[in-house]
Amino acid sequence: MSAPQAAWLASPGGARRLHLQHGPIDLVIGADGAPAATAAAYDAAWARFQDILVTLVGELALLRQPLGQAHPLLRGPVARRMAAACWPHRDAFITPMAAVAGSVADEILQAMTQAAALDRAYVNNGGDIALHLAPGQSFRAGIVCNPDHPHGDAIAVLDAAQPARGIATSGWRGRSLSLGIADAVTVLAENAALADAAATMIANAVSVEHPAVQRQPAQLVRDDSDLGALPVTVSVGVLPIFAVREALSHGVRRAHDLRRRGLIQAAFLSLQGETETAGGDLPAGISQQAVG
Amino acid sequence: MNQAVATTENPKDAVVRCDACPVLCRIRPGRAGACDRYANVEGVLTRVDPLVITERAAAKGESVIPFLAGSEGWNGSVAAPPPEAVKPAAFVTGIGAGTTYPDYKPAPFIVSSQYDGVDMVTVVTEGIFSYCGVKVKIDTDRHLGPEQAAVRVNGEAIGHVTTAEYGSQMLSLGGVHHLTGGSKKEGTVTCDAMLALCNKQPVTVQIDGGAELVIQSGRPPIVNGVPEARMRVGCGSATIGIFAKQWLDHADEVIVVDDHITGVLTEHQAGRFLDMRLSGIRVRGRKSTPGRYFQVAEPGLGWGGTNISDPLEIIESIDAKTAWPGLRLLMVSTTGEHSAWYVLDDALKPQPAPMPAAVVAAVERIAENCEPSLCTVLFMAGAGGSLRAGVTENPVRLTLSVKDRLTRVTAGGAPVYVWPGGGITYMVDVARMPDNSFGYVPTPALVAPIEFTLSRADYAALGGHMDFVVQLDDVLQGGRLSRQGQRPDNPWPVARPDAESQP
Repeated sequence: MSAPQAAWLASPGGARRLHLQHGPIDLVIGADGAPAATAAAYDAAWARFQDILVTLVGELALLRQPLGQAHPLLRGPVARRMAAACWPHRDAFITPMAAVAGSVADEILQAMTQAAALDRAYVNNGGDIALHLAPGQSFRAGIVCNPDHPHGDAIAVLDAAQPARGIATSGWRGRSLSLGIADAVTVLAENAALADAAATMIANAVSVEHPAVQRQPAQLVRDDSDLGALPVTVSVGVLPIFAVREALSHGVRRAHDLRRRGLIQAAFLSLQGETETAGGDLPAGISQQAVG
Repeated sequence: MNQAVATTENPKDAVVRCDACPVLCRIRPGRAGACDRYANVEGVLTRVDPLVITERAAAKGESVIPFLAGSEGWNGSVAAPPPEAVKPAAFVTGIGAGTTYPDYKPAPFIVSSQYDGVDMVTVVTEGIFSYCGVKVKIDTDRHLGPEQAAVRVNGEAIGHVTTAEYGSQMLSLGGVHHLTGGSKKEGTVTCDAMLALCNKQPVTVQIDGGAELVIQSGRPPIVNGVPEARMRVGCGSATIGIFAKQWLDHADEVIVVDDHITGVLTEHQAGRFLDMRLSGIRVRGRKSTPGRYFQVAEPGLGWGGTNISDPLEIIESIDAKTAWPGLRLLMVSTTGEHSAWYVLDDALKPQPAPMPAAVVAAVERIAENCEPSLCTVLFMAGAGGSLRAGVTENPVRLTLSVKDRLTRVTAGGAPVYVWPGGGITYMVDVARMPDNSFGYVPTPALVAPIEFTLSRADYAALGGHMDFVVQLDDVLQGGRLSRQGQRPDNPWPVARPDAESQP
């Protein structure tokens, strides 16, 4: 059995980043600040990472159960973050697994920021990102709608004055299964776990009945899926524009709903070249500009 | 192709259980696990996409730098990952290296390798240890025998019972007096028993005036034929402290029977704090503080490590002025293994009664909180003697180098604890060593692998046998090699010794 592993990623002229991997978890971590502080933060990230997966797996059966009336009693700190982030969405089908990536990112980021005073830091767990911003700092995050044809479709600028410290993206093309057909739904929220859960739920809502959309029971697509027999999207053909607009409108409605409840700050939805945003102050946060 | 069809026709047989990480995915043919790195290709677990991230990084013109302790400003306070993750690396252990007795000859393997840009030398040998012993921790509260009693195998004393620790009893076995100080048979039996224990095999021992035990590293002890299941949750008083609130509504008095400290709930600080009414039930033994009693019975194999089989025996008196008919009494041991429920009749005599479900649940809660019992075997030996001559011509410098943390000592690649003070006296958990790491010589003495790792410069400075240093690659190309994966819980032995704390 493999143990957690770590490697430095470096880009010419750019700051190095720490890559931590264990089983299905891949984290890319960056920290800015005094050298001693970033060293301590990387140290803390690696130390905290050691038992993350093992502890999660210990409660996996419970984490794959849909949330219902009773808040699940979980012990692991990441598991508890997952349940807390998904709890507000329990009126629809959701399991705590919807927030696993963001919760891991939040947990590692917390270990780093507790260990040292940093200017900026991010923990990117497969596109679900936990951020730390000291006053006056900001991040620019690129949004890629279609991972098969990656180019920057939009840039989200997050600055310390805004409340968002989490970014997450969900869509049917991603590694997790989706009930919806969105190419990508990117959400800004208070932390990565909340963003992760909300992105999943908004992406699920981006849906329309059309012959070009093919679905299969989740358990046939992926063994051990927490979605059971629910139909998940396996392919989306070219849709007529009215179907695209209808699907997006369902997602935007869900996004506005979550925004009114304070669960997200903003959302960016894309489907077959059409994009929508939700969030009144969104233009300040996400600027749509072609960079690709 | 035909084979692929055949396996998919019988998918049940072809499901692969992936053990690459703790998720343990069950993967059907043609599918990938949760990580997308491992897949079931025609019934065979296959790594399909080695290091997605690094490949992608490379495609963008980024380079991948090994993440090692001490590199790139890393302060080395974190253990390096298993090095095979970064580059193929090997560490030669002393197992099967052979010895150099008498010791003035250089050690069998003095191996040079690079780690973290520094030339490292590992001196690999098998030590013949006349000064060695085994410390055994047995997780049990049962009375195994009086302190200082002899521990025997086939009638020969091989060691003794030493201190009782939290939830466990320590045995000290072997040592030079049993190995060479007694009769020849005593020495041979001691050597055989230690050899078996260190090689993780079971050994049956008898304790004078106590129990017969089967002990084996990493397994539960077997006491008088009964495998121990669990440690107690705490002493009787601690058990009351933990569970008092959960018992409050279900019982009027709870007595936790324990050989060390028996607890009486209503009299105990915990019961006072919950405003419980005193029951007037007084137990035998010596009162320590309110509700805490020593020596309520003799030690034994009954309730809570006492010799009691009827718990009412430890009740000395019931005060008629304080107790009342109908008073509900729970008696329970510190593991929840024994329990009984009584109700006082009109004459204030405890009468057995069926235990209510809530009380059964409370007793089970005690059992649930008891950790599994294990035997732990630590090998302890002194490498301060003549084997140092195989490492250096000036032995005391090796000792000093170990003390200064310039030289790391490992045993079969496993980390050791080096005792402060003189000599190189170390302890190692045999469970972390490869199987069958130990041998013996008829002296009698135990043969155990030991490796000293230090930088090449330090090795030269302490008078090392520099002429005998060979390159790691040359050793790996030789025959008679057994390659084993490094245990993930052991630090990589060649990592800088000053970056690691003792295990």
